[in-house]
Amino acid sequence: MDTTSTVERVSATGIISDTIRTNFLNADYGIKSWLLTKDHKRIAILYLISITVFFMIGGAFAAMIRMELITPEADVFTSEAYNKVFTTHGIMMVFFFLIPSIPATLGNFLVPVMVGARDLAFPRINLLSWYIYVIGGLFTLTALVLGGVDTGWTFYTPYSSTYSNGYVMLTGIGIFITGFSSILTGLNFIVTVHKMRAPGLGWFRLPLFVWANYAASLIMVLGTPVVAIGIVMIALERGLGLGIFDPRLGGDPVLFQHIFWFYSHPAVYIMILPGMGVVSEIMACFSRRHIFGYKFIAFSSLGIAIIGFLVWGHHMFVSGQSSYAGIVFSLFTFIVAVPSAIKVFNWTATMHKGRIVYSTPMMYALGFIGLFLVGGLTGLFCASLGVDIHIHDTYFIVAHFHYVMVGGSVMAYLGGIHFWWPKMTGRMYPEGWGRFSALLVFVGFNLTFFPQFIAGYLGMPRRYHVYPPEFQIYNVLSSGGALVLGIGFMIPLIYLFWSLKYGEKAGPNPWRAAGLEWETTSPPPTFNFDYQPVVDHEPYNYSEIDARSSATVSTHSVQEEQHV
Amino acid sequence: MSDAAHNSLVAHQFDDARQQQEAATVGMWTFLITEIMFFGGLILAYMIYRNQFAESFHAASRVLDVWVGCFNTCVLLVSSLTMALGVRAAQMGDRKKLVLFIIATMIFGAAFLGVKAYEYAEKFEHHLVPGPTFHFHGVPGHEHAPNAEIFFSLYFAMTGVHALHMIVGLGLMTWLLRKSIKGTFSKDYYNPVEICGLYWHFVDIVWIFLYPLLYLIDRS
Repeated sequence: MDTTSTVERVSATGIISDTIRTNFLNADYGIKSWLLTKDHKRIAILYLISITVFFMIGGAFAAMIRMELITPEADVFTSEAYNKVFTTHGIMMVFFFLIPSIPATLGNFLVPVMVGARDLAFPRINLLSWYIYVIGGLFTLTALVLGGVDTGWTFYTPYSSTYSNGYVMLTGIGIFITGFSSILTGLNFIVTVHKMRAPGLGWFRLPLFVWANYAASLIMVLGTPVVAIGIVMIALERGLGLGIFDPRLGGDPVLFQHIFWFYSHPAVYIMILPGMGVVSEIMACFSRRHIFGYKFIAFSSLGIAIIGFLVWGHHMFVSGQSSYAGIVFSLFTFIVAVPSAIKVFNWTATMHKGRIVYSTPMMYALGFIGLFLVGGLTGLFCASLGVDIHIHDTYFIVAHFHYVMVGGSVMAYLGGIHFWWPKMTGRMYPEGWGRFSALLVFVGFNLTFFPQFIAGYLGMPRRYHVYPPEFQIYNVLSSGGALVLGIGFMIPLIYLFWSLKYGEKAGPNPWRAAGLEWETTSPPPTFNFDYQPVVDHEPYNYSEIDARSSATVSTHSVQEEQHV
Repeated sequence: MSDAAHNSLVAHQFDDARQQQEAATVGMWTFLITEIMFFGGLILAYMIYRNQFAESFHAASRVLDVWVGCFNTCVLLVSSLTMALGVRAAQMGDRKKLVLFIIATMIFGAAFLGVKAYEYAEKFEHHLVPGPTFHFHGVPGHEHAPNAEIFFSLYFAMTGVHALHMIVGLGLMTWLLRKSIKGTFSKDYYNPVEICGLYWHFVDIVWIFLYPLLYLIDRS
């Protein structure tokens, strides 16, 4: 293994000596060593940079939306331009930020380390997935520069296939291509978890983060091809004149909605499941307790992945689908709330009688629970057939899914970034600023989206930029909140950059956390471990860790023992 | 670490050849599942419209030449046989036979695409390609098909996507051919041949579904 350079011992207190150690960051230098890397950790960093760029583009478009909506009149955009703005916001955030966010960055970095492997099963495919992602993104950005697309991120036919004048084809190709990056990431995770686990690491010793990513991978692998073929059908219809959704020929535009939501609803679980995995890790670590109900949390991830495939019709209650279908979809939507609730109860129980540390990751995780709870419970409103007729296509829906996607996924993503930042970079972020920005994000988020529940319930429709003046107060609150939220997102961006150079050195395990990733050095060497990790204990053994004064947990290797 | 035991054919992330082989095989099966879902979207559309426009589908299907389709099915099945024999040859470490069978597989695959191209050309000639010039005449006794254009939209989408997979398959075969001529594969290392074979058989099986769905409706 790659330890020919200075190998120094990590002392029992976890303080690392100043000797420069070979890790994945300094193993090689130069742009080529990054762009041609097969190291999953470097690919994770590449993903981290690129999704941050897309997040900022999506965020800029969100800012434009909130700016336009401050007054009831059309001040900044024409109707068509506004359509393009919210479409771009949706496409950027959903396809280029939320779906790859946790799996492609934290998952890519951590899954192999957590299972004690040297890399993912297919490193070259992993790099390929990043290139595919970037190429897809470039297609979509090109469409944006040329004039944008105005169909909404949902591409409903026949508008997208026949009438829209935007760059539907180019955007569609971009999303189609990006879909393959998601499929390849999922495939890599599935094979890695099945075939590359370290000796002793049985399925029920896996960290829940791995379970959550595994469940999300199942959705990526099973769902993404379906939306891909849906986009192919639109492209064939627009480009070659084939008529699969064309009502003139007898085709059914609603069929596209079915195909689209068959993926795009489970896609919501691609976004939230890895977030739930992150929260499980953080909860256990900062409550200093074994996670409550390990198997329940693990199986509820799979439960969400499976039941999540049976609920897509709840997006289509008013599309004219059969009301019997509506009843079934409504029922399944209520059922899918059960595994999510199981998780929330288990996290709460984990905190019960724990010694809670209010670190930045924990604050994000607590924020996640609160916001996800609101998002999840309002989801039940939306799942009720009668209520949904009233709130369909209003700001109530917008608020609901932002509570799940931003309040859930983004909070978990930020929590995870902070939690594993010392592992990824070897440096600590400034804790005070971290807590401050976590609080700011929480407050800003609620200020932005809670008023939208009210506006929506009172009847303000989504996707309009001109609205009756009585809704102005809610929109002003919301836009003000968006500003706070924006600042809350900018602060971590600044101090995380700052910490790369000035942050305190982290040491292998600054949180005294359980899990294989904390046993290797920070940042880890190219092949993750200098020895073959062997697991001989249960996960989340926090009581044992705290009982011992040592920061390292009890996995070992023959080689290690020889060194000691 | 067992680096010393690593031979050049086992990638660094794997412990041994066995783990590598198992991972590659699981990976290919997972990929094939995504492919099933990919074609699944089209087959769903087919099922719905065939149910809705049964008469049109019956009439439109009669226009397709069942014997040309049958011939192509046979060609593809034989290519699967040569592929399977190729995998067997790789397992036995018989390089000459492996090269031979890969070439045979490529010839049959190309023949399939050639026949498909001929069929497409014929559709263009008879204005059966969806779009402004589409005009359906039908065959005697089966002229009435108001929704024939949907059938042909699906025909082109399904066979087109299938043909694309065949082209990718030929690309994989070219890669395998180069490697086997160079003598990369042996009794101990034949996994790429095996998993490319899985892909080839999968594309074959898709056609086994497409042929009756498109050509053999109501032929009794």
